[in-house]
Amino acid sequence: MIDIKRKSPRREISLRMREALHGYAFILIWVVGFLIFTFYPLVQTFHYSFNTVSVTPTQIEYDYVQWANYTRAIFTDPNFIELLIGYTVETLISVPIVLIFAMIIAIFLNFDFKFKGIFRVIFFLPIVITSGPVIQELTAQGAATVSGIADIPAVIDFMEQLPRALRNPVEYLLTSFILILWFSGVQILIYLSSLQKVDASVYEAAAIDGASGWSTFWKITLPSLSTATVVNAVYTIVTLSHFSENKVIKYIYDQTYNIQGGIGYASAMSFIYLAVMVTILAIVYLILRQWANRGTGS
Amino acid sequence: MKLLNHPRIEQIRGFIFGNGVRDGILLKLMLYVLLITIGFVYLQPLLFMFVNSIKSPDDLLNPMVQWVPTGFYTGNYERAYKVLDYPNTLLTSIMMSVVPSLLQTAVASIIGYGLARYRFRGKTLIFALILSTFLLPQQNTIIPQMLNYRDLGLLGNPLALILPALFGQGYRSAIFILIFYQSFASLPKALEEAARLDGASDIRIFLSIAVPTAIPAFIVSFIFSVVWYWNETFATVIFLGGGTTTLPMQLSRFTQAYENLYPAGVVNIFDRLNEAVKMSGTFLNILPLLVMYFVLQRWFVESVEMTGITGE
Repeated sequence: MIDIKRKSPRREISLRMREALHGYAFILIWVVGFLIFTFYPLVQTFHYSFNTVSVTPTQIEYDYVQWANYTRAIFTDPNFIELLIGYTVETLISVPIVLIFAMIIAIFLNFDFKFKGIFRVIFFLPIVITSGPVIQELTAQGAATVSGIADIPAVIDFMEQLPRALRNPVEYLLTSFILILWFSGVQILIYLSSLQKVDASVYEAAAIDGASGWSTFWKITLPSLSTATVVNAVYTIVTLSHFSENKVIKYIYDQTYNIQGGIGYASAMSFIYLAVMVTILAIVYLILRQWANRGTGS
Repeated sequence: MKLLNHPRIEQIRGFIFGNGVRDGILLKLMLYVLLITIGFVYLQPLLFMFVNSIKSPDDLLNPMVQWVPTGFYTGNYERAYKVLDYPNTLLTSIMMSVVPSLLQTAVASIIGYGLARYRFRGKTLIFALILSTFLLPQQNTIIPQMLNYRDLGLLGNPLALILPALFGQGYRSAIFILIFYQSFASLPKALEEAARLDGASDIRIFLSIAVPTAIPAFIVSFIFSVVWYWNETFATVIFLGGGTTTLPMQLSRFTQAYENLYPAGVVNIFDRLNEAVKMSGTFLNILPLLVMYFVLQRWFVESVEMTGITGE
């Protein structure tokens, strides 16, 4: 072995500096892009949200209105809050469905059986075709429902029995069930990769100790999926919230071009929407985090 | 009791319910039944789309015809093809998803490499910001972006989509940066150090040592990027509207375009816009992606294993 001379502290520092500078060089393009294409527009949108903005062909005029856009969205606008509540409820319903479904499919696809390839192809297909206009056409034609369940008289009767607060979520579930499932493609991929990381010998050891499939699932499989579950929950919420057919997004978009509302109002609403989305994310994240910690702790 | 423990019985029981060595046939059967059922439910919208797209106007009016049309009627496709202005919008769509995707993938690899292989202050902050760009809804930045583009005369110009991608701010770029970060972080340091001792520059090391090890990450990022750019309509409509028309954009104003081409008052009742034509348009819209998916499906299916995306 060659005896390496101890580097002097100064040389050490300059090497570190050098490394840091080279590192900054690699990410510089991102920082510049972030400032120009994300941060600056975000600040501008924030500025718009406190103004009435009128755009003329040559310039943009601002009329400072303080919190008026925000108070209008929250207290005066009859649609916005209702849409927000609808969005929150639908998201909170969809997330567990997507997570459970993705988990089940991933566990199935992790088994060894014939024609596995075909099933994998089927379950990842929605990743490719889920786009706003396609979904819009499919829902408009009623293709997203499980063959007419919503039209069965018994179901209609049942729906009428439900209190109004419950009816909307149930109706949403019935009419868009397949679409909710269609949002699980990437999540299945993430679960599958987590499952494949579990050492097969752990399962063998459990089998030798006489553990049943049931307890193997709860004691080994589920805890090994806890990180993936947190990631998947975040991914699902973000995808659903950004989806261009999302009713809140559509409403904000329509208001942008509305003479009454305009850019200022739409900007204020997008910040309220962001706040709601982050709150949902934070709540779901904290709940799952706690569950994940307990799962790995015991 | 003695009978139940007979080896023959044991064997049969093992065959049906499974034993320690292999799964039983019952489990397998259940698995297949479940998978086929779920698979069918999953594919139902696609089947529905296809079946309806080949229905003739007669079939559409006939309540007896639900899932099996009386014949293969191509008239819907002919009209949808014209309404979508298919060759033009298809080419535009390909350009508008492939070009930003190439740039986005290349830039994400550079950023991911910088984050994975260098120690510097503020890395945590950069990570937090990258993740926050993933969370931030587009409508929080899109209006000023649009107005800025308008001032620069870039509205309707493909550059409006290309520029953000070039600066690592493309659609969902955070995910790609993380994929490359993961991919490069697992590279052994010794390789780079050896090259550095030989006097190779950082760029040289990145290009000739790091990049070849991350080929799967490049392919997977590129494919997902193309798919997501293709399907993204919110920003695309706002940035490209009026200048460039992609396939999904044309689909989203299908009804209007149809009326322009076949005015309701002029054409006979069978040529009016009906759901079959709309479904044909939708199917034509996803057809290129389906073709790409079936050709490259190995890369989708095995993407996670190959890139080690785990999200940890």
